[in-house]
Amino acid sequence: MDETALAAGFDATIAADQRIEPRDWMPDAYRRTLVRQIAQHAHSEIIGMQPEGNWILRAPSLRRKAILLAKVQDEAGHGMYLYAAAETLGVDREELTEKLIEGRQKYSSIFNYPALSYADIGVIGWLVDGAAICNQVPLCRCSYGPYARAMIRICKEESFHQRQGYELLLAMVRGTDAQREMVQEATNRFWWPSLMMFGPPDVASPNTEQSMAWNIKRHTNDELRQRFVDMTVPQAAALGITLPDPGLTWNAERGAHDYTEPDWDELAAVISGSGSCNAQRVAHRRRAHTDGAWVREAAAAYAEKRNRAAVAA
Amino acid sequence: MSAVPARRSWPLYEVFVRGKRGLNHVHVGSLHAADEEMALHNARDVYTRRNEGVSIWVVKADHIRASSPAEKDPFFAPAGDKVYRHPTFYVIPEDVPHL
Repeated sequence: MDETALAAGFDATIAADQRIEPRDWMPDAYRRTLVRQIAQHAHSEIIGMQPEGNWILRAPSLRRKAILLAKVQDEAGHGMYLYAAAETLGVDREELTEKLIEGRQKYSSIFNYPALSYADIGVIGWLVDGAAICNQVPLCRCSYGPYARAMIRICKEESFHQRQGYELLLAMVRGTDAQREMVQEATNRFWWPSLMMFGPPDVASPNTEQSMAWNIKRHTNDELRQRFVDMTVPQAAALGITLPDPGLTWNAERGAHDYTEPDWDELAAVISGSGSCNAQRVAHRRRAHTDGAWVREAAAAYAEKRNRAAVAA
Repeated sequence: MSAVPARRSWPLYEVFVRGKRGLNHVHVGSLHAADEEMALHNARDVYTRRNEGVSIWVVKADHIRASSPAEKDPFFAPAGDKVYRHPTFYVIPEDVPHL
């Protein structure tokens, strides 16, 4: 079949809102967009283990340690689902890891902010995972089959992440004044970076239109950000804390909250490397990869030796 | 089935999980492992953290032979014109029971 016929087949599949599968013909730009997006998403899960992993040993009870450990394990698992989905597009996992530790592929800017207090663990579950869920639920209907299927799995598990965070915060706001202050202070720090997780405003998001035409994205950045704000306001009220935006008010006419835009210059700066943890996060991942090299080699050598023995026998 | 990487990393395995007794194994994704034992253990850790399965199969991705999507129409054509394979092809009077 010539390229025009193949492209027509691809367009018809998209127009019918059906899924594209790995061995189907697809435009190069579609493949590149997906590789970039899925790899960035996978890297975010892997890097996302760091701010929380740091608190496993310091969590205040066995129950909280077990929960946090399970959550961090899920994030490793989510990274694996996503790398597997990326590989169906013909990229090599080793190559993706190399691009991450060489700083040639991005991950979500939210993980370049530090987790300074234990209340941050609750706020990360509540706001960061809450924002992630807003972003991810529509991706369950993404036109690329393996990505959509990975997202279905991930979304089922993310709900635990958000609820454990919120429950942790509920426990803290029912505690002492100092604990309530910790929750408020953590919320103040994470509110703006959480809003930035949806990406730049629509007017400054050049890829959105094409991604929506391909049914990769289903909603614009601003639509999802608005949804997140509207969801979060009553949750903050139930905790008895304030979201740090004096401009946050209910707009009855729109049936939605008005809110102040985050500082987009800060987002650009963090993405380009000047967040407080960029260097630390990538260095840690690079060290883990380098330190694990002998394990990967030893396991491969052992498998090879056993194969030789099996052939000889 | 996934594209197979050609470089240094551990081989790619495809993973199939039986959700519960009485169901088929279903493809759930893939992973890398040095050998089959490790592939099984990794599959348990990656794909069944919440009791999603009672049995796992792993198979090297390059051992799977798949039909080509480009020749989809000719490959499945033999079934296309045999409507008489379906029960609805046969017209039976409505008052005949148990058919």
